[in-house]
Amino acid sequence: MNIVVCVKYVPDAQADRTFNEDNTTDRSNVDGLLSELDEYAVEAALKLVEGSEDEVTVLTVGPDGAADAIKKALQMGAHKGVHVLDDAIHGSDAPATSLVLAEAVKKASGGTPELVLMGLASTDGTMSVVPAMLSERLGLPQVTQLSTLEVADGVVKGRRDSDTASDSFEAPLPAVVSVTDQINEPRYPSFKGIMAAKKKPVETWSLADLGVDAGQVGLDNAATKVTSFTARPPREQGEIVTDEGDGGTKLAEFLAKAKLI
Amino acid sequence: MAEVLVLVDHTDGQVKKNTAELLTLARALGVPSAVFIGSSVEAARPRLAQFGAAKVYVVDNPDVTGAVAAPLAEALAAVAEQASPAAILLPTGGVNKEAGARLAVKTGGGLITDATNVQPGDGGVATTQSAFASNYTVESLVTKSPAIVTVKANAAAPAAAQAGATVVPVEVTVSEVAKAAKITGTEAKAKSGRPELTEAQIVVSGGRGTSGDFSPVEAFADTLGAAVGASRAAVDAGWYPHSNQVGQTGKQVSPQLYVACGISGAIQHRAGMQTSKTIVAINKDEEAPIFELVDFGVVGDLFTVLPQANDAVQAAKS
Repeated sequence: MNIVVCVKYVPDAQADRTFNEDNTTDRSNVDGLLSELDEYAVEAALKLVEGSEDEVTVLTVGPDGAADAIKKALQMGAHKGVHVLDDAIHGSDAPATSLVLAEAVKKASGGTPELVLMGLASTDGTMSVVPAMLSERLGLPQVTQLSTLEVADGVVKGRRDSDTASDSFEAPLPAVVSVTDQINEPRYPSFKGIMAAKKKPVETWSLADLGVDAGQVGLDNAATKVTSFTARPPREQGEIVTDEGDGGTKLAEFLAKAKLI
Repeated sequence: MAEVLVLVDHTDGQVKKNTAELLTLARALGVPSAVFIGSSVEAARPRLAQFGAAKVYVVDNPDVTGAVAAPLAEALAAVAEQASPAAILLPTGGVNKEAGARLAVKTGGGLITDATNVQPGDGGVATTQSAFASNYTVESLVTKSPAIVTVKANAAAPAAAQAGATVVPVEVTVSEVAKAAKITGTEAKAKSGRPELTEAQIVVSGGRGTSGDFSPVEAFADTLGAAVGASRAAVDAGWYPHSNQVGQTGKQVSPQLYVACGISGAIQHRAGMQTSKTIVAINKDEEAPIFELVDFGVVGDLFTVLPQANDAVQAAKS
């Protein structure tokens, strides 16, 4: 079973993330990396192909720097990479991104993929919607936000937890699957993995390579537009007391004064 | 005026507060109509009427539930085709976001998730969201119709406005591919008896500093009538369920009062709670970044500070 893992290159959540003048995410002045939540999808894919001849292809749509996200996944053990790189994609909304991904998944898998794996959400946009959109576009079953995953006899099974219940899902392959950060512990690239990654093939495709018209993607064609962004004013630090045997009482007094109890 | 669809969140016809909030928001955008999935619409009708639903589209089909995205999206698409709505509002949540995502592809409409406000804008529906760990407030415009917006709890105060709530049954035939992913078993989670994390007015959370003992956190939460949250460190350690995790990869909460106990306040956690109205923290480490956010902080051991605070609050209440 060959697996395509779709990953995203995102600005580091630990850095001071901000926006460009055109209200898109600033990806050039903030260090970027493989979205942390995508590491779980890469790990899940590597576990599924372990001990077989099957291959994991890691696919990303993003600017130049997105090659770093592919590199990280290759260092973890993915076999090859595909980078869809085209200036016309800048500012695309989620539906347009899913359109590009759908065409790239088809091309990368020679028609129909056996399994497409994705993370819970990107750490920048945090919408958690691209797996569902990709499933819709590919006409494949969607089994998402799994905290367990097994694939056997052409069927994918897993557990999806909600606030009120844990549901056991299953679907026939091929399918689009996303996994949460509860599913595994992503491996760190080993020295051997880092060296091996340098020799792994990475293809770069343009929109033309995918047969996607530039008029279907990009900022100008997005169905939603950010009209303004405002930095939240920093919170002002209030009173800090050191507990000298009356810390709890003082806390209760604060709550009473603030009319919170 | 165009219709605005609101997906009803209900348990056996008991309509939840978020639906009343969405119907209230929808009235500013057009004529609200409810979309009810299930067989118990008669139980839901009075409340839907009370908050202004002119019509109630009913999809009563065993293939469509609120727990699987693809059939739900097909049901919503069938209603949308009949109603030609200007906007479709859904209570935010995993399956609803995914159904909205599929609907956006099906209809060509624009999708906004986790909105904290929705209102008429210049050239489309305008929305407000938080971004980048709630460090920014972002205003957006949905320029392609229908505007599909998932809305967070407490986005509006529900305001009554009586309407007819005329029932309109909608026939839906779910496609084979949408039925291919199915639920084979469900294990209901034990009810804590506490308020829902994302709807609670007060949240008391525990982190690494609890060393796995959440009893003082829970006791204080119960005294305050609060929900219990947990940091990622506490959840990863297996001390508390993932469904209680507050942070970037858990729940985003915005209560009147947030009490962080033994939580250092890493960006991962701040992303989920820094829009809380009032923040209080207890931490042994005076250098903990959580103290940068607090309205009141106690440098101390939560195992002595919390029980004392609990007693004092109980005494003040009685």
